[in-house]
Amino acid sequence: MAKLEMKRISVYALKKDNAKILDLLQRASVIEVRDHFEEDDVFQRTDMSTHQAQFEKDRNACEQALEALNAYAPEKKGLFASLEGKEAVSVEEFSSLTDSRLETMNGAHKIIALSKQIAETKAAKVKPLNQIEALVPWMNFDIAMDFKGTEKTTAFTGYYPEEYTTDTLAAKIKEARPELDFYLEIISASKQMTCVFLLCLNEDSSEMEDALRMTGFTRNTILLDKKPVEAKEELLIQAEEMDREILALQEELVTYTDRRKQLQHMADYCAANAEKFGVLGRLVHSKSTFVISGYVPAKHTDALINALNDKFDVYVEVEEADGDDVPVLLQNNAFSSPAEGVLESYSLPGKGEIDPTSIMSVFYYVFFGLMLADAFYGAIMFFVCFILTKKYKNMSPGLYKNLKLFMFCGISTCFWGIMFGGYFGDVVTVIAKVFFNTDFTIPAVWFVPLNDPMRMLMFSFVLGLIHLFIGLGIKGYQLIKNSGIKDFIYDVIFWFALLIGLIIMLLPSEIFASIAGSPINIPAVIVKIGQGLAIIGALGIIITNGRSSRNWGKRLMKGAYELYGISGWLSDVLSYSRLMALGLASGVIASVFNQMGSMGGSSIFGAIVFVIVFLVGHALNLGINLLGSYVHTNRLQFVEFFGKFYEGGGEAFKPFASNTKYIQVKEETK
Amino acid sequence: MENLGIVYALIGAALASLGAGTGSAIGVGLAGRAAAGLTTEQPNQFAKALILQLLPGTQGIYGLLIAFLVLAKIGLLSGGTAAVSAESGLLLLAACLPIAVVGLTSGIAQGKTSVASIGLIAKTPEQFGKSMIFPAMVETYAILALLVSILAVNAIVV
Repeated sequence: MAKLEMKRISVYALKKDNAKILDLLQRASVIEVRDHFEEDDVFQRTDMSTHQAQFEKDRNACEQALEALNAYAPEKKGLFASLEGKEAVSVEEFSSLTDSRLETMNGAHKIIALSKQIAETKAAKVKPLNQIEALVPWMNFDIAMDFKGTEKTTAFTGYYPEEYTTDTLAAKIKEARPELDFYLEIISASKQMTCVFLLCLNEDSSEMEDALRMTGFTRNTILLDKKPVEAKEELLIQAEEMDREILALQEELVTYTDRRKQLQHMADYCAANAEKFGVLGRLVHSKSTFVISGYVPAKHTDALINALNDKFDVYVEVEEADGDDVPVLLQNNAFSSPAEGVLESYSLPGKGEIDPTSIMSVFYYVFFGLMLADAFYGAIMFFVCFILTKKYKNMSPGLYKNLKLFMFCGISTCFWGIMFGGYFGDVVTVIAKVFFNTDFTIPAVWFVPLNDPMRMLMFSFVLGLIHLFIGLGIKGYQLIKNSGIKDFIYDVIFWFALLIGLIIMLLPSEIFASIAGSPINIPAVIVKIGQGLAIIGALGIIITNGRSSRNWGKRLMKGAYELYGISGWLSDVLSYSRLMALGLASGVIASVFNQMGSMGGSSIFGAIVFVIVFLVGHALNLGINLLGSYVHTNRLQFVEFFGKFYEGGGEAFKPFASNTKYIQVKEETK
Repeated sequence: MENLGIVYALIGAALASLGAGTGSAIGVGLAGRAAAGLTTEQPNQFAKALILQLLPGTQGIYGLLIAFLVLAKIGLLSGGTAAVSAESGLLLLAACLPIAVVGLTSGIAQGKTSVASIGLIAKTPEQFGKSMIFPAMVETYAILALLVSILAVNAIVV
């Protein structure tokens, strides 16, 4: 259980080695670079942003090319692909990527160009398709669309935004210009549009134009020198050609599929290098030396210094790290480390705080198990997580931790299931009764909570009290370490005295007697001691907890207000009743499904119904109760437990490393 | 009407599943709309959004639990009906009220909180752990009501 101790180290080395030293540091992945040197006449920073940008650019190109490949030739992934983790690549292979960079990048740019071309052709294809669409109402028209008339006649091709027949339209035009002679043909007519062709003698054309304008005529804008049918055919051929072109381009693009791996490796290579140059740009250089400084976990410092001394001429300075901004890295044993993720999702321990993971993990597993409390559910959780962690060795560390967390929670769930007699709810009893007509129950090792809820409630509260007292204890430990024994007595011992005193006083009272089912007898002497403790505690809190104020009146008021925090303790303890409520809920819902399944009777049909309801129902129950148990276990830790002592606010240790996306560079020596 | 007790008890069971179920349905519905919105923008957040959507769903289960306990108590599940006096029927009805009412209101409130939490992870996905706690705070009161209902139903002798 611990935050790893950090050292601040500064490496002074020759400039000619800088790339190699950075390579070594990046591969070792144990230093978080934090440079605090000011620039002066001798030491200056060098601008590396162009190098960094070049690598960033290439990396983006690789990613774009990969995206294009995925769009046209999706990578085949198994159901559990996300568990497989990153591909392992040796250091030599990784550093040899620099030789193939040019070629890979050419490939990437070719892929990007192809996908751009595909996109452009697709966009261009819209044009002929739109034209075809516009030609649809003109299909019956058997002259070229831009026909202007003959030697003696003038033609008008266009449309009205209403529906007309030949007669109604002729009448309308006549109304505007009664003496006009013309030929009229309706090409197509619908409610929204009537396409018409009109012909008149050249000398009447201006009259005709007036008449048309007055009636709401619009000239046709599709000026093709072909008949609509022919034009359509030609456009169709055009579109088909574009389709073929797109297909050909896609096929060409797909031939690059075998480059996917190459591109992924290159993307990671470029990302790692961009990061390296980013760091390099932050370092100060003199003419022939440079300095790199940062935090290293204490246990890695010796190995790192040795590795540096072996290969380079360096001077390494090691200091104690005690600033406010020392990064935090957690280290716990195999039993507790799965719960680190839970702590991280709250906040990492800040300065002066201990890492509570190991204590938290015990309660985490116990509480989770109590809320689910079913032997078979627990066994399922355990085996699923166990098999997954064994089968997929390469999975990401975060995922591995989570699976481990649920594996341990599964063991606990199984344990409490046996204690409380939960095996898929009461499935054994139901099957025995419906299909074999016998009464059979697997007895609970301890007791059945549904039959004795008060006992379960008390048990939950007791667990809660232990949890909270440990929280207060940790607060005490931190106070002793950071601000001295006085604060420890004022803020922790007085509270312990008050709380323990109150509990001793309350135990013989009637409320507890009715909850426990029998009166609790406590010798009068102990009750007296309890009263004494409570009084000392309460007075102590009133006098000391407002000590930040100098004015005594204010101080006592503040202290009294702090004493009011006792109500917070009450609600905190009551909050643990969720252990019982959720535990009962998962058991009762399981029984409901068993009952529903058994309604088919003991025939073969009934058995089939039972199996179906059993599978669906328990999958549902397990799913929803897993969620509930997870959320409420977190809550008990975050709100009740952490509320007693933990603030967090630490910053995570982010080592200078190759932050790769697709591959994992395998290190032989570390 | 000598068997009025069983009617009261059944009304209680119905109210428990009605109130709490309605609360959860509204809550999950509210959160689901926000979750769908988030998923259109950031499909990889689907799993987190789904978990937050499901949080207000537990009240319905608590209602079901109480209803089931009452039904088992009055013997409706095992076919025959126990002779329930009007008095114990009314007692059962009263015992159902906490989860019926608090289930309804807390389900809706929790749904609204879930919506806010989904907004939280839309902007800062790494704060998922904390975003779950806000809706869980609301649920505390549903759990307390459930507790009272369980203890009361359990204590009533039919």
